[in-house]
Amino acid sequence: MTTALSTLPSAAPLLAVEGLEQSFGGVMALAGVSFQVPAGLIYAVIGPNGAGKTTLFNALCGFYSPSAGSICFEGDELLGLPPYRIAALGVTRTFQNLQLFFNMTVLENVMVGCHLRARTGLLAAALRLPGVRREERQLREWAHEALEVCELADRAEQPAGALPYGLMKRVEIARALAAKPRLLLLDEPAAGLNDTETLALRDLIARIRAAGITVLLVEHHMPLVMSVSDRLLVLDYGSVLAEGTPADIQADPRVIAAYLGGAVQYAV
Amino acid sequence: MRRIGFFTFAVGVALLPALFPDNYFVMAVGVSAGLNAILAVGLNLLMGYAGQISLGHAAFFGMGAYTSAILTTRYACPSLIALTAGLIIAGVIAWLLARPILRLRGHYLAMATLGFGVIVHVLMVQATPWTGGPDGLNGIPPLNLLGWSVDSDLRWYAVIMAALLLAIGLSLNLVDSRIGRALRAVRGSEFAAQMLGIDTGRAKTQVFVVSALFAAFAGSLFAHQQSFVSPDSFNLTVSVELVTMVVLGGLASTYGSACGAIALTLLHEGLVVFEDYEMMIHGALLMAVMIFMPQGLFIGLSQGARRLWRLKNKASA
Amino acid sequence: MPEQLFQFLVTGITVGSLYALVGLGFAIIYNASDVVNFAQGEFVMLGAMTAIALLSAGLPLPLAAIVATLLTVLVGLLLERFAIEPTVGAPVVTTIIITIGAAIFLRGIALLLWGKDFHPMPAFSGDRPIHLGGATLLPQSLWVMGVTLLLVVLVRLFFNRTLLGKALLACSFNRAAAQLVGINVRVMLRLAYGLSAGLGALAGILIAPITFSSYEAGIMLGLKGFSAAIVGGIGNPMGAVAGGLLLGVLEALGAGFISSGYKDAIAFLFVLMVLFFEPTGLFGHKVADRV
Repeated sequence: MTTALSTLPSAAPLLAVEGLEQSFGGVMALAGVSFQVPAGLIYAVIGPNGAGKTTLFNALCGFYSPSAGSICFEGDELLGLPPYRIAALGVTRTFQNLQLFFNMTVLENVMVGCHLRARTGLLAAALRLPGVRREERQLREWAHEALEVCELADRAEQPAGALPYGLMKRVEIARALAAKPRLLLLDEPAAGLNDTETLALRDLIARIRAAGITVLLVEHHMPLVMSVSDRLLVLDYGSVLAEGTPADIQADPRVIAAYLGGAVQYAV
Repeated sequence: MRRIGFFTFAVGVALLPALFPDNYFVMAVGVSAGLNAILAVGLNLLMGYAGQISLGHAAFFGMGAYTSAILTTRYACPSLIALTAGLIIAGVIAWLLARPILRLRGHYLAMATLGFGVIVHVLMVQATPWTGGPDGLNGIPPLNLLGWSVDSDLRWYAVIMAALLLAIGLSLNLVDSRIGRALRAVRGSEFAAQMLGIDTGRAKTQVFVVSALFAAFAGSLFAHQQSFVSPDSFNLTVSVELVTMVVLGGLASTYGSACGAIALTLLHEGLVVFEDYEMMIHGALLMAVMIFMPQGLFIGLSQGARRLWRLKNKASA
Repeated sequence: MPEQLFQFLVTGITVGSLYALVGLGFAIIYNASDVVNFAQGEFVMLGAMTAIALLSAGLPLPLAAIVATLLTVLVGLLLERFAIEPTVGAPVVTTIIITIGAAIFLRGIALLLWGKDFHPMPAFSGDRPIHLGGATLLPQSLWVMGVTLLLVVLVRLFFNRTLLGKALLACSFNRAAAQLVGINVRVMLRLAYGLSAGLGALAGILIAPITFSSYEAGIMLGLKGFSAAIVGGIGNPMGAVAGGLLLGVLEALGAGFISSGYKDAIAFLFVLMVLFFEPTGLFGHKVADRV
């Protein structure tokens, strides 16, 4: 099924959002948002605080139930599915506020990421049947691969809670990568990082795309967004203000007026 | 590493009766500590790893015990079949209850599980035609394992310790597996767990059923070992004590829960000497441990010892 | 049949008043500290047992009631100071076990002081039943209902009209913000425990002539009070009062029409149903209605 879909002409977007609406007690957090994310790109969503970026992410992932619209991912409608079903279709994410499993080691965190790629059930796990051991070894290997990509291999056995903040954020990315998603949602991955860490993050995001994973990025750090993204969506008050390449966006007078301001001069 | 711990524990348990032959105290207290440890290890899967409190776990313990008692005394059912029936009944009830009850969190979950425990206890007291009412049921035959009758203290000790080792083994396997990691993920962050494809409702249901099965298993053994059951063994106080054992041992540690159960059982035996003071001391200890060592007695004590050791080293340096 | 129903209602409201007071205490403590105090029932027991002891020592009833209430308030303050304050911010399980430990501890002390027997207490104004239609009413029931009403009104006035009450309320909305505007949160915490211990003690003294008292009398009462608070929407004091009355009436009806042995099961079944279908309580948890 997957291979059939991936051979479709690139004109078919990986993700197509149509007229998405979400309100909270009368406030329209998303007022009919539509956009399309082509496969294989880094697609950034920007906008001032309160523009609806995180709401959009939560709606895409099934944490909210939007009142209208559709979210089409590789031909499947995501609207109305619970988050774990959406994850099973190949969408996963990181969180703006860390949601690491602090009660586990780094490796175990990333192994949870492999959950969907394994089959072991309750009974087999309790009895530790031979097949389970094989699968555990396989999971460990996959988890290590994800840690390598995120340059965390030497931290594998440490408790996740003992890492510095920047590394914790990277563990979240490794954990999401371990799930082998086709669409990865990164919610403000650069928040709280220093300049060196942000540069490393830019390389990491580029490597993720090179591995064939489409990235949807919400980020405030303009230099990062402008240098790493292929296309941008600008949200303002829950509506799409503009959409296009970084160059288009930086030239768009409405965007400059509403949001970017001095940030343009940082761009590549 | 894990195996070493397990075998050390097994050897220790096996050596006790050899070191104290025909010692009634070792046998009797060993049996009751072992049963409590099975209960605590099961409850710890739910509380320690999945982070869901239950103040009604004695209900599942009682279901196992009463199923065995009723089936063997009224229908002359073989004990192994009665035990299996107890597991099935507790498992099915836990499964039915799990979805609605585990949607609740924190104090609400505590209240709901507590209420469930009280309801089951009231049924034990009131459904006299089935349960014998407040007087309970007696004359429960000993466990019969394919012709081998468990009818001496030593045999009971052996059976219950074997059951405990089985419980510990299953728990260790489970925790360090895909399923166990999913459970721990539920405790760590339900959002993140769901976003990694874990059906958290299903995971919680599974662990609730598993911990109910552990409890029902211990309940069946308890009924056959005592040859008598009454509602008093399954009331709120017992549920609270089970939670205490798990917390005392340090949440999210299989051996910790087993040790917490053994420690509390020994404490009870020890406090009997103080008669009327027992309850007061019990309450004071509970508070003190939670205030001063919220991570549990064993982690607390080992940290304390380490601190003392460091102080001593500093003093001598 | 109607007389019988009326009789059950009277019994239900009497017991329900008690649950209401205990539930009110729960709600006050929960609001102030996010702690569900499982020792709340022990306040009820301590109030009743102390009053009985003082009465038998020769104190007149009003004095005995006041001294018993003050002593229980002191216990509440000590509990707050030595068990709750050191663990502010601890996980739910920890605070649950601490308050359960406190309950066992207080029960243990009561056992040492007063033994295992049930202790009677004379009714405030005689035992001669009052006939109302076809139902009979104990004068003590009137005392229970009257004083409960008075206390509930006073608590409401305290929260709505006094600066201290509003400060306590502010703490329950947002502790950090309350601290910022100069409210001493620690003092407020003590106030909450003292107030709720006092309410519990008074409830115990009121009901003791009807039910008698023993060292174990607080266990079920505490749980019913907790249930009342949940039925009413946890953290909603007036909801807890309504929840307590509802629970009491339901229990009395269940005991009357089904079997008295099942009354606890009926009460908790009701609580479970509320939790499953309306987990925020029947009387809501809207911020504006918090008191």
